[in-house]
Amino acid sequence: MHELARFGGRYALFVLGAYGVAALLFVVMIADTLARAARHRRNARRQDERR
Amino acid sequence: MISALVNPLRFMAFSRWAAPALGALAAALIVVGIALGAAAPPDYQQGETVRIMFVHVPAAWTAMFAYAALGSASFVFLVFRVALADAAARAAAPLGAGFTLMALITGSLWGRPMWGAWWVWDARLTSVLVLFLLFVGYLALRAAIEEEQRAARAGAILALVGLVNLPVIKFSVDWWNTLHQGESIFRAGGPTIAAVYLWPLFVMGAGFLAAFGALWLVRIRAEVWRRRAAGLALQAAADA
Repeated sequence: MHELARFGGRYALFVLGAYGVAALLFVVMIADTLARAARHRRNARRQDERR
Repeated sequence: MISALVNPLRFMAFSRWAAPALGALAAALIVVGIALGAAAPPDYQQGETVRIMFVHVPAAWTAMFAYAALGSASFVFLVFRVALADAAARAAAPLGAGFTLMALITGSLWGRPMWGAWWVWDARLTSVLVLFLLFVGYLALRAAIEEEQRAARAGAILALVGLVNLPVIKFSVDWWNTLHQGESIFRAGGPTIAAVYLWPLFVMGAGFLAAFGALWLVRIRAEVWRRRAAGLALQAAADA
């Protein structure tokens, strides 16, 4: 906890903001990638079953 | 190995275990990198804001790597007509845009307390903004052309032309006077950054690259499934 508090300091808003933005963009990229993969996999399976 | 992987079946078998393995490696490296970054002392000039470097620089490295991947895959597609290379190029672009946006925003959050400005039209910042526009332009161009082969060719040509921006980004701080700091890591004579900052930086860099690799493989798999579904739908329509 003490180590994590180092991320704060006088410019806490900027430091934590940067880590927050990075985390948010990672979440968006991971969610979009997994959702896309699941959708296309489902569609491919559905087409396979129709054959 | 590469020639074996251009076979979609072999690629799907390889990426089935490689993607989660890379994802787990990325998560472990990023957790260790954040802990090392938290344990590093504040910089004597920049204070606590130096910790922004541990996300900003790896994001910028990964963005450039993503463009190099996009350009290389486009080259392989144009020259050798490998369909999987086009899928790889298409899969790299949105991730590259994401990492470039991350580098731009975290850089802005670092610039405000250090320079007193959120943004300056400095050669390094401007060339990274151009990189973001290249990723977005590539995606827009592919979306704008309906015929898939034409869209792939046009996108590949744009991606190859855009490769010229990579050395511009790298050497911008040497070629022009910039507010952005000069090269301090990959330079002749070795890094000028203290080891206590270099280690978290390299660990985070490896983590970000592994994360890109994992997401890239999953997106290529998605593209292979999309094409398979589209092909089967066309075949079914032709049979009907």
